[in-house]
Amino acid sequence: MTPLRRHRALTRIWASDPGWKGWFTTVNHTDLGRMFMFTAMIFFVVGGILAMLIRAQLATPRSAFMGPEVYAQVFTMHGTIMMFLFAIPLIEGIAIYLLPKMLGARDLAFPRLTAFGYWCYVFGGSMLLFAMLTGLAPDSGWFLYPPLSSTLGSPGINSDFWLIGITFVEISAICAAVEITVTILRFRAPGMSLDKMPIFAWYMLVVALMILTGFPPLILGSVLLELERAFGWPFFQVAEGGDSLLWQHLFWLFGHPEVYIIFLPAAGIISTVLPVMARTTLMGYGWVVAAAVALGVLSFGIWVHHMFTTGIPHMALAFFSAASTLVAVPTAVQIFAWIGTIWKGKPQLKLPMLWILAFFATFVIGGLTGVMLAVVPFNWQAHDTHFVVAHLHYVLIGGFVFPVLAGLYYWLPHLTGRRRFFRLGEPAFWLVFVGFHVTFLAMHWVGLLGQRRRTFTYEHGQGWEAINLISSIGGFITAIGFALVLIDIAINALVTLRGRRNPWGAGTLEWAMPKPVPAYNFASLPPVRGREPLYDDPGLDLRIARGEGYLGDPGDGRRKTLVVDIASGRPEQVVVFPSNTALPIVMALVTGVAFLGVLIKAFWLVPLAVLGVAALAFRWVWSLGTRTDEGLLDAGHGLSLPLASASTRPPGWWGTAFLLVANATFFASLLFGYAFLWTVAPNWPPPAYLEPGLAGPALGLAGIVLAPLGLRLAERLLRAGHAMTPGLAIALTGAAATASAGVLAVLASADPQGHAYDAIVRVIAGYVLIHVVLAAAMSVYLAARRSAGFVSPDRYGEVRIVRLWTDYAAITALLGLAALHLPGALT
Amino acid sequence: MHPAGPAAEAIAALWWVMLVGSCVIFVLVMALLALALRRSNVEGRGDGSEGERVWLVGLGLVFPLLVLLALLAYGLVIGERLAPRDGPEVVTVRAEGRQWEWRFSYADAPGLVTEGVLHIPAGTPVDVEITTVDVIHSFWAPRLAGKLDAIPGHVNVLRIEAREPGEYAGVSAEYSGPGYLDHRFTVIAHDADGWAGFLRGAAP
Ligand code: HEM
Ligand SMILES: [Cu+2]
Repeated sequence: MTPLRRHRALTRIWASDPGWKGWFTTVNHTDLGRMFMFTAMIFFVVGGILAMLIRAQLATPRSAFMGPEVYAQVFTMHGTIMMFLFAIPLIEGIAIYLLPKMLGARDLAFPRLTAFGYWCYVFGGSMLLFAMLTGLAPDSGWFLYPPLSSTLGSPGINSDFWLIGITFVEISAICAAVEITVTILRFRAPGMSLDKMPIFAWYMLVVALMILTGFPPLILGSVLLELERAFGWPFFQVAEGGDSLLWQHLFWLFGHPEVYIIFLPAAGIISTVLPVMARTTLMGYGWVVAAAVALGVLSFGIWVHHMFTTGIPHMALAFFSAASTLVAVPTAVQIFAWIGTIWKGKPQLKLPMLWILAFFATFVIGGLTGVMLAVVPFNWQAHDTHFVVAHLHYVLIGGFVFPVLAGLYYWLPHLTGRRRFFRLGEPAFWLVFVGFHVTFLAMHWVGLLGQRRRTFTYEHGQGWEAINLISSIGGFITAIGFALVLIDIAINALVTLRGRRNPWGAGTLEWAMPKPVPAYNFASLPPVRGREPLYDDPGLDLRIARGEGYLGDPGDGRRKTLVVDIASGRPEQVVVFPSNTALPIVMALVTGVAFLGVLIKAFWLVPLAVLGVAALAFRWVWSLGTRTDEGLLDAGHGLSLPLASASTRPPGWWGTAFLLVANATFFASLLFGYAFLWTVAPNWPPPAYLEPGLAGPALGLAGIVLAPLGLRLAERLLRAGHAMTPGLAIALTGAAATASAGVLAVLASADPQGHAYDAIVRVIAGYVLIHVVLAAAMSVYLAARRSAGFVSPDRYGEVRIVRLWTDYAAITALLGLAALHLPGALT
Repeated sequence: MHPAGPAAEAIAALWWVMLVGSCVIFVLVMALLALALRRSNVEGRGDGSEGERVWLVGLGLVFPLLVLLALLAYGLVIGERLAPRDGPEVVTVRAEGRQWEWRFSYADAPGLVTEGVLHIPAGTPVDVEITTVDVIHSFWAPRLAGKLDAIPGHVNVLRIEAREPGEYAGVSAEYSGPGYLDHRFTVIAHDADGWAGFLRGAAP
């Protein structure tokens, strides 16, 4: 088969639907990565316009341009858009676009999930845009502290838009994180062991795990605050046993890791681009990986540094202060690894390199002011002034936007298949770089003079006029620079000449494919022997095209790629991907209806939408797998591999496992909240604890034992060739017993509006209830799959997935019921 | 910053130390970067492995650890010194924030409440008990001390001290809604006579 015929055959299999329909049914990571990046850029423009409004307002004292109410919406939306709708989705887009190409796979692990995540992002983001255009935007700052953001301070719908819209967008982030984790661990080129992975994949692995453990606390906080706003459950109201500090802890448990979730991918870009620009390899690969992991872990221990002024005891502050400054160490390791890389190489000052140098100058300053702010007494003075605003922009723009622009210019030939021809990029760079420093150096200064953040104006005669004016002029120069960058990218993408395949002479696999990028990525999957496959084997791209790698035979028209062993990269299975479908967008829409129901207080919509999502989810999973045992498939190179759906741990098992990591963090945050209110909130203990009685605990315990046993029995029966029914029946009985224990707890609890205790009892019981009901539904689903022939004695991976979920439900039920009943039993 | 009390002075000193230190570090890093760019242009590709030790262990690990250790110790000492300590002559006052006003009351003159103006004796350490009746606020008199939040249901204690009698501006420093900009107060530090007079004149 000639390369051209192979290309045509593979394109027929992998291409998205033609025309406009393709946009809505595509599940291809190249399309979706581009769509993510494009949408994020639109939000960047919106956030940038808001920034210009802010600087226009602050340019002169006593400006009549905006009043305090409008200004509040503008800075809240600026922060919210930049953090949640620009930075995080842009990272997701870059990772979604690049990872399979760098790792040597044909798509991400769960293509439809990618699409679902994208549409959740679009719909959630649109809610916030709608709020802004109608003047109903959230207005209590991007971290939404109650009571200001709750019914007391914001009776209107403004905060609800934030809570609902952002939670929707976070679902999208969790989807992407599950996807990225499983892809990096299992979907790599044959032979790519962990230590041969491109450094960017290591960074993204850390980031994805951080999203899975960092976002759930905020999702929990949003759920609780929305429950307080919609139903009066007083989690954050001190008079009824709540505490507004709980929100601050939940928010910053998310918020600090978030900063590193934004920075680490940018660092990953630098670690990838810089060595190519310096015509060498990265210094200290192992060190850099260790530094990234260390940053990820450390960042979860230091959220309290955002709360230094809340009256936390001084010794605790000392601990968090020390931990906070400690992050400077892994950061320094990376910085010096990069400088060392330049030192051992032959750097060329191409445009991506310019942006990286701008990163160095800017980020080091941001890091140093960060260390200053981590020193408690100084924090007491600088907290909530423009000094902090300046610091955070040095870190976010210097540490994120600049490296991302370096990456954008580096991968532009890849994205567009064209050569950069118009040289608008260089003047744009200088405008941004100079403008940025003028703007924010001035802001450090007025901050030290005492100008508070979030104040909509200031008086004559405080000596702040000139500095603010300079800062605003700098801001406009920066904005013009950014606009030029976007224009530059647009025209270079649309009108210039076709470029070479590997213009920078890079060594990673994404440069081994033809441009424009084919839908299937690799005509055959290349065997990999080192970290820079293209340096090891310069002719690799041609060999891939000639079908000399694995899975080079288009075969039966199914979308196929390889699943490898996590550590060694040895090929283990062949996975078959689903093809184009509108299911993701429909499911995101129906999910959106549920969110909308809460937003406009049409609560009857919610159960309807949830049923709809359940039905769609059923269709979603039903279409996977096969009804026959296919045995071993020829993967090329004389290798015969089983289908992934016939393995004990199919990709779906791994996806479920990492989803449960996020879920467990959510549950742990809930128990943390419970314990926090118990020990810290002033108006505790509640008037009465839940009376456990006998029936509840007995039923609960029985169910917790029965359900996991039932599934184990079902698997045993299945593999021996019998019917699974007895085992599934036991599992269902167990689920029913635990569910009734949950219902009993809800019935026994007092009025949830009366005290935070009773409100949190209901949330814990509700959590347990939802999980056992889902476990039960999965058992029923298994029975249906068995009778339809998708599950067989040799294809029992789905039983393992249900078992995993059921075990999780049982463990959380045990913990949850214990947390509910022990206080009552002990007193 | 024009510090007018020991707390604010200590913090100002800390700031100058950190500023100088940061500038030195910044210049150092930039110099290394420039050196790396130049050296490689002149000498071409080094083999690199001998450099890992210097760059990663020396500069990456040891250097920041040393700097941070020194800084932390310094910050901790100052923080401890600023923490409220019991003493015979500490005066206690209470600050209660609300949208958008501050009310102050005095342990030495029960029943006395002032709005928007906090009276304290000069040259004496004062503990301000800070709380709020509605949303979160923050008590900040920049020339006297750092800030501390007013959180519903909690009382936080801030130690302030004014060296000289006089008037000092104060603001709330946590966003609290549309009236935030003008959520201000004044601290008036009296000499001994003035303070006694204030307490007497106002006490019933
Ligand atoms: C030309 C670019 C930008 C300018 C001139 C700018 C300007 C500002 C200013 C003046 C404020 C303070 C408003 C106030 O407190 O009164 C602010 C807040 C903020 N900015 Fe930016 N910004 C820019 C870009 C960005 C980017 C790229 C990000 C994030 C990736 C970002 C994130 C934030 C956040 C999180 C806040 C805090 C919002 C709040 O207080 O709730 N900004 N920005
Ligand atoms: Cu932080």
